[in-house]
Amino acid sequence: MYNFDFVKPATIAEAVEALSGEEAQALSGGQTLLPTMKQRLNAPATLVSLTGIAEMKGVTRDGDTLVIGAATPHAVVARDAAAHYPALAALAGQIGDPAVRNRGTIGGSIANNDPSACYPSAVLASGAVVVTNTREIAADDFFQGLFETALHDGEIITAVRFPIPQKAAYAKFLQPASRFALTGAFVAQYAAGVRVAITGASESGVFRWTEAEAALSGNFTPEAIAGLSVAADGMIGDLHGTPDYRAHLVGVMTRRAVTAAR
Amino acid sequence: MTKVTLTVNGRSMSGEAEGRTLLSSFLRDTLGLTGTHVGCDTSQCGACVVHVDGLAMKSCTVLAQDVNGASVTTIEGMANADGSLGRVQQAFQDHHGLQCGFCTPGMVMSAAALLAENPKPTEAEIRHHLEGNICRCTGYHNIVKAVLAASGQDVSGLGVAAE
Ligand SMILES: Cc1cc2nc3c(=O)[nH]c(=O)nc-3n(C[C@H](O)[C@H](O)[C@H](O)COP(=O)(O)OP(=O)(O)OC[C@H]3O[C@@H](n4cnc5c(N)ncnc54)[C@H](O)[C@@H]3O)c2cc1C
Ligand code: FES
Ligand code: FES
Repeated sequence: MYNFDFVKPATIAEAVEALSGEEAQALSGGQTLLPTMKQRLNAPATLVSLTGIAEMKGVTRDGDTLVIGAATPHAVVARDAAAHYPALAALAGQIGDPAVRNRGTIGGSIANNDPSACYPSAVLASGAVVVTNTREIAADDFFQGLFETALHDGEIITAVRFPIPQKAAYAKFLQPASRFALTGAFVAQYAAGVRVAITGASESGVFRWTEAEAALSGNFTPEAIAGLSVAADGMIGDLHGTPDYRAHLVGVMTRRAVTAAR
Repeated sequence: MTKVTLTVNGRSMSGEAEGRTLLSSFLRDTLGLTGTHVGCDTSQCGACVVHVDGLAMKSCTVLAQDVNGASVTTIEGMANADGSLGRVQQAFQDHHGLQCGFCTPGMVMSAAALLAENPKPTEAEIRHHLEGNICRCTGYHNIVKAVLAASGQDVSGLGVAAE
């Protein structure tokens, strides 16, 4: 890893200031960024740690919304969201392994927008709002393809606001070596209808399966989507699974999520 | 270089760290605590697990400066005050929970974190908890058995070679 200057501000305002410098980059849990820096795929001049900013941490309930600070580690979400949004807590509790969950954060996960990451599916299926230091971004506008998001340079995610659904579940087909999702489906039922987001499958990252949403909004049972499928075109093909296999898993995992939803 | 001070196994210890100095390198190369092993250096194997303020973390994927001021427990801190093996370590020895021993520091630290949060885990819970710790020697059975034994549970029914 190339060397860099390390700074650890205590407030969002100080972090924004530090990130305005030349080639400065945010560091949250480091579980993704540090490995990429070791591979020299990334070499910022300054790393701005977000782990010392108290206002970016924690899980709080605000009426029908669960607000999660961007620097909240997965293990804390798994514990503190359980009483409010059990499907989200369960997703956080299945990320990687315990040591990764103690360090990795929701903000880092969604800023990174890995096509196989778990959190983007929950954010999109919940119609959550990504709050940054300057604005609020709807989930539908936030994720813009492989490792691409609506974030500008130096913009910091400070929190994510999740509307709490009536019922929801995340079904993850584990890629056992990486522990990421080979394909994962997050299904959430709201008064306004059902939302379904799929991760791990598409070459353009997390996406909404709108046909399944329409069918499930009328009839929230696995049978309602038994006849639906997605095209293998544009699905990821690698040594772990072909595009056909992933397209098949989209249906299977969505049905499992509907069955498990509570 | 920046001065980093940690409370390591109950003792205050300081050293100089660059921005890029990993907690694993700081412990091993600067503080001389080589019990913490670095296996993959890519966050996969768990050999480098230590406790930071009571939480298990992969020290190869944490910057030393980012945990400045924290309390860190390493494998050296798992022994009893008189230098004899601690409860979890002794169970690994008693139940052949290691062969080459490379993964053992991380295994013991992950196991200790589990037992702190769940004093009587089931076999399935132990296997699940050790997901991020890779061992290429033992086949895991005796590690699981050692952790069960360390929790004071009966392991005679496990049917795995030991003793
Ligand atoms: C062994 C292993 C297994 C894993 N398994 C899974 C899994 O099953 N599912 C899964 O989803 N993930 C998995 N991960 C990834 C893990 O969840 C990471 O913690 C996460 O993707 C990145 O979060 P972080 O806090 O570590 O971010 P970092 O690595 O610190 O940062 C990642 C990127 O986001 C940027 N960033 C960080 N925080 C912010 C912010 N608040 N605002 C703007 N930009 C920001 C950084 O600049 C960087 O570009 C795994 C990781 C490992 C090492
Ligand atoms: S050396 Fe840290 S996880 Fe392998
Ligand atoms: S005992 Fe050799 S790697 Fe585990």
